[in-house]
Amino acid sequence: MKFSEYWLREWVDPQLSSEALVQQITMAGLEVDAAERVAKPFSGIVVGEVLSVEPHPDADKLRVCKVSDGQEQFQVVCGAPNVVAGMKVPFAKIGAVLSGDFKIKKAKLRGVESQGMLCSEEELTLAEKSDGLMPLAADAPVGADVRSYLKLDDNIIDVDLTPNRSDCLSILGMAREVAALNKIPFDAPEVKKTAAVTEDVFPVRIDAPEACPRYVGRVIKGVDLSAPTPQWMVEKLRRSGIRSIDAVVDVTNFVMIELGQPMHAFDLNELADGIVVRMPAPGEKLVLLDGQEITINPDTLVIADKEKPLALAGIMGGEHSSVSEKTKDIFLESAFFAPLHLAGKARSYGLHTDSSHRFERGVDYAHQARAIERATELLLEIVGGQPGPVTEVCSKEHLPAKALVNLRHARVDELLGVHLDRTRVEEMLARLGLSVHKVAKDGWTFSAPTHRFDISIEVDLIEEVARLYGYNKLPVTEPMAPLGIKPLPESKVSLRRLKLHLVSRGYQEAITYSFVDQKVLSLLTPEEDTINLANPIASDMAAMRTTLWAGLLQTALYNQNRQQNRIRLFESGLRFLKKDGQIQQDPMLAGLIMGASMPEGWESKKRTVDFYDVKGDLESLLEIPGCNLSFRGAQHPALHPGQTAEVLKDEQPIGVLGALHPRIAKTLNLNGPLYLFELCLNSIADGQVPSFKGVSRFPEIRRDLAIVIDEQTPYADVALAIAQSAGEWRVHHELFDVYHGDSVDADKKSLAISIVWRHPERTLRDEEITEAFDNVVKELGNRFGASLRS
Amino acid sequence: MENLEGIVDRAKDAVAKAESEQSLEQLRVDYLGKKGQITQLLKELGRLDAAERPAAGAKINEAKLLVQDLINEAKSELSSKNEAVKLAAESIDVTLPGRKESLGTLHPVTRTMLRIEDFFARSGYTVEEGPEIEDDYHNFEALNIPSHHPARAMHDTFYFDPTTLLRTHTSPVQIRVMESSKPPFRMICPGRVYRCDSDMTHTPMFHQVEGLMVDKHVSFADLKSTIVEFLREFFEKDLEVRFRPSYFPFTEPSAEVDIEWGRNEDGSIKWLEVMGCGMVHPKVFEAAGVDSETYSGFAFGMGVERLAMLRYGVNDLRMFFENDMRFLDQF
Repeated sequence: MKFSEYWLREWVDPQLSSEALVQQITMAGLEVDAAERVAKPFSGIVVGEVLSVEPHPDADKLRVCKVSDGQEQFQVVCGAPNVVAGMKVPFAKIGAVLSGDFKIKKAKLRGVESQGMLCSEEELTLAEKSDGLMPLAADAPVGADVRSYLKLDDNIIDVDLTPNRSDCLSILGMAREVAALNKIPFDAPEVKKTAAVTEDVFPVRIDAPEACPRYVGRVIKGVDLSAPTPQWMVEKLRRSGIRSIDAVVDVTNFVMIELGQPMHAFDLNELADGIVVRMPAPGEKLVLLDGQEITINPDTLVIADKEKPLALAGIMGGEHSSVSEKTKDIFLESAFFAPLHLAGKARSYGLHTDSSHRFERGVDYAHQARAIERATELLLEIVGGQPGPVTEVCSKEHLPAKALVNLRHARVDELLGVHLDRTRVEEMLARLGLSVHKVAKDGWTFSAPTHRFDISIEVDLIEEVARLYGYNKLPVTEPMAPLGIKPLPESKVSLRRLKLHLVSRGYQEAITYSFVDQKVLSLLTPEEDTINLANPIASDMAAMRTTLWAGLLQTALYNQNRQQNRIRLFESGLRFLKKDGQIQQDPMLAGLIMGASMPEGWESKKRTVDFYDVKGDLESLLEIPGCNLSFRGAQHPALHPGQTAEVLKDEQPIGVLGALHPRIAKTLNLNGPLYLFELCLNSIADGQVPSFKGVSRFPEIRRDLAIVIDEQTPYADVALAIAQSAGEWRVHHELFDVYHGDSVDADKKSLAISIVWRHPERTLRDEEITEAFDNVVKELGNRFGASLRS
Repeated sequence: MENLEGIVDRAKDAVAKAESEQSLEQLRVDYLGKKGQITQLLKELGRLDAAERPAAGAKINEAKLLVQDLINEAKSELSSKNEAVKLAAESIDVTLPGRKESLGTLHPVTRTMLRIEDFFARSGYTVEEGPEIEDDYHNFEALNIPSHHPARAMHDTFYFDPTTLLRTHTSPVQIRVMESSKPPFRMICPGRVYRCDSDMTHTPMFHQVEGLMVDKHVSFADLKSTIVEFLREFFEKDLEVRFRPSYFPFTEPSAEVDIEWGRNEDGSIKWLEVMGCGMVHPKVFEAAGVDSETYSGFAFGMGVERLAMLRYGVNDLRMFFENDMRFLDQF
């Protein structure tokens, strides 16, 4: 809601500076977004009268004018196309200072002297751009200072009203609020009833009284639409952000801003028989004022005549029946449409109008007759005409019930933490127009005024009390709560711990959008159904990610394109799958590495990352939960078929890692090998609580084993065979070399493994170790055809 | 016994000239070893008169000790000299960078969220999470935002179908927790939220932390202290904080919270809106199955990116989701 401060002050004028007023209404919950001067500073511009206009001897587009400031005459050269003798215009005399510190001096234009400048709205900073002089009203006092004549020291106050405060969507509403805040009365201009001078009525029938409980109409015949809207009204409307159209439309808009009641004027001669307020027939169409033709939705209330829909009730009028310059007779509408019935309807057509904005939030249902009288009064002054009687159709039972709301005195204390006397509470609410309907022992029943749609329950009243008391004056106390001990399972692995671990291994955390490009997902997880947004902001942000890799790969690309060569990223968050029609949202942790294995250093051991780097990071990470995990070769559509593994927990896959498939890397313009992992966080959320085992005092014994084995045999199988065959005193074994080369056959590899034994209670004997060692060798020979390397 | 003096003099000379531990060892053998010159003299003592023997023996022993000391001293001198030479040769440029993996970073949003969690966890708040694809009921209806409520226009919502959407705030988590357990509650709900809006100051995804305290006798005064203390601790500054009446369908009374963020030319405070809060609306309690006559509560919500921008001086919201490593590296 945008309005002129001067206008408000015509109604209520507290002894406050503009800044203080703005501050006060902001702190009352009517947040002021902006308060701006109507015009930027300028001085020395007066109302001038153009006495004569002569052509310029040397320039076709310039004119030489005689201009009066009421005392003297001046010769002024002017280039504006609309300059005519007799008009009144803003006249910047010599010595005037325009906005931007532009001083007006005596000048010669093409050899003709010019003593000042005639101004446009642009020069007065009232418009971004103008294409001619700003014509002033014929009765403008010549010589008067334009700033004060046009009231340009006024401020435009823009209040960002919350949806509950529709009662403040008018000067009336703002004045009511300001008066209550300052404990002063406000003067609403008296609206006098205009007696009918004709018998002309236009019949109204309401077929949908629950949507339109009240409809007030009036015929005015013989209006003169050539009459201009008075300048004061144009200015007030302009300061409310409304452009002047014609006098009739301007008056309906003016009444809406002034009283908060949206109105509509129809060209009476375009209407057939009578108004019917009804739900639409299937498929009915209407061409709106803005020129678009719509098919009316079955749930949208329409204003129709006997033949056709005329307007979307409370949203927008139709083009056909609208007032035009040819209009002679009008029919004025001032109705109450139920908020619930209008809610969301405008939006369903992509519309949002001043009218729909107000009706959706709630318009004072007792105000329709007052508004139509106000409009009549203004119209007769401007466009003349003969008013008929006011007609009203009302279904009382469908009007909102008068809100009676109980308030317990003690509840005010409890909720606000402050004690206020009964009289104080009564006084505060009375200022807002709430009257005591009934007094009870523990409180009251209040009756809410018809404009307060937001007051229906006790806490609504408490909020009003808090607001008038001042939120910042309310006390501040530390909350009291039981200090019970809450569970803290030691085995829980926090995501924070996992993240910090990756951070200490050089990973940077990324946060990417959860919706990604469907095309990328079809590369990475072609077999998964995606869950797609119905209204994405862009087509490449429409599909919910089925893997966190989508965002990480985009991030890698973004950084690769910014000369980053070594990239280590991780992200945690949900991935979204559709399984058997059900949406599944799983927390995941994913990572990506590419580039050098270590940050660039001065030593010469440089190498790019490979599979075992990402695996090492993952193994190290998984030591945190410490559960029994294993890896095995696997396939994944996004990964290199020979460099992919899955992570298993209790034989169930809980994650995958590997090299990005080179084909996908190429499609995505990613350079060089890139390794990825993704883990299901729920599967590693439970770690282990340590359980002590004795530490042996006896020495451990190590034997190294070198075997030659088929290239294709996975090490994991070898390791398992060793664990199973090295006897019960084996503590661990480590692979310390893998060799391919001249001394082994091409389809073989040589593995060097150390095995360590230790007994908890005694020193192991050499022959026991030899036996265990031989057993391992035999087992590896049996299972894999492995032989000891000679 | 001139012989002895001569031997000692020669030994002195030789020790002084010796340049290695081996040559000193050789001297020890030559003079003091089993067949050494001084040892020989001792062996020859028997040839002397019994009366001369003790004095001569004492002299030889004296000479033996003297040579012994000389050799030992020379040995230790030599070894410390050798050690010094060796150490000097082993010295390195300690200003060369060490071998290391560089330290990564948590995303500034995570960093901020974890700080917020820590503040509230210390006051006994639990951290709760919930789904991001939500149903209309939990995101709107249960929060007193029925369909067609004008407040829905405040939430530009991403939909999958008419009843399934991306949550527009983390409040639905509070509903889910209240539905499934009993008061009192103290919880915060951090997480991603989504609104169909994208420009200089809006990203279609951002993060919120919403908090809820429900107990007997919780008042607006409790809410005020919680918010003021949190903001002052978060910014580590004794900031002015003000509460401005506002409207949210799920709280009443509702407030926007502004903090002092610099001063105007005239010395007045520049206010900056940082979060919203209020007392839980009775309809929300009703939907979540909490008796609003017995319990009252407050709720608050804040945008994590906004707090991170203020805390760290980030001037462009969109940087949070570009994940430029040169940006991430700064946190």
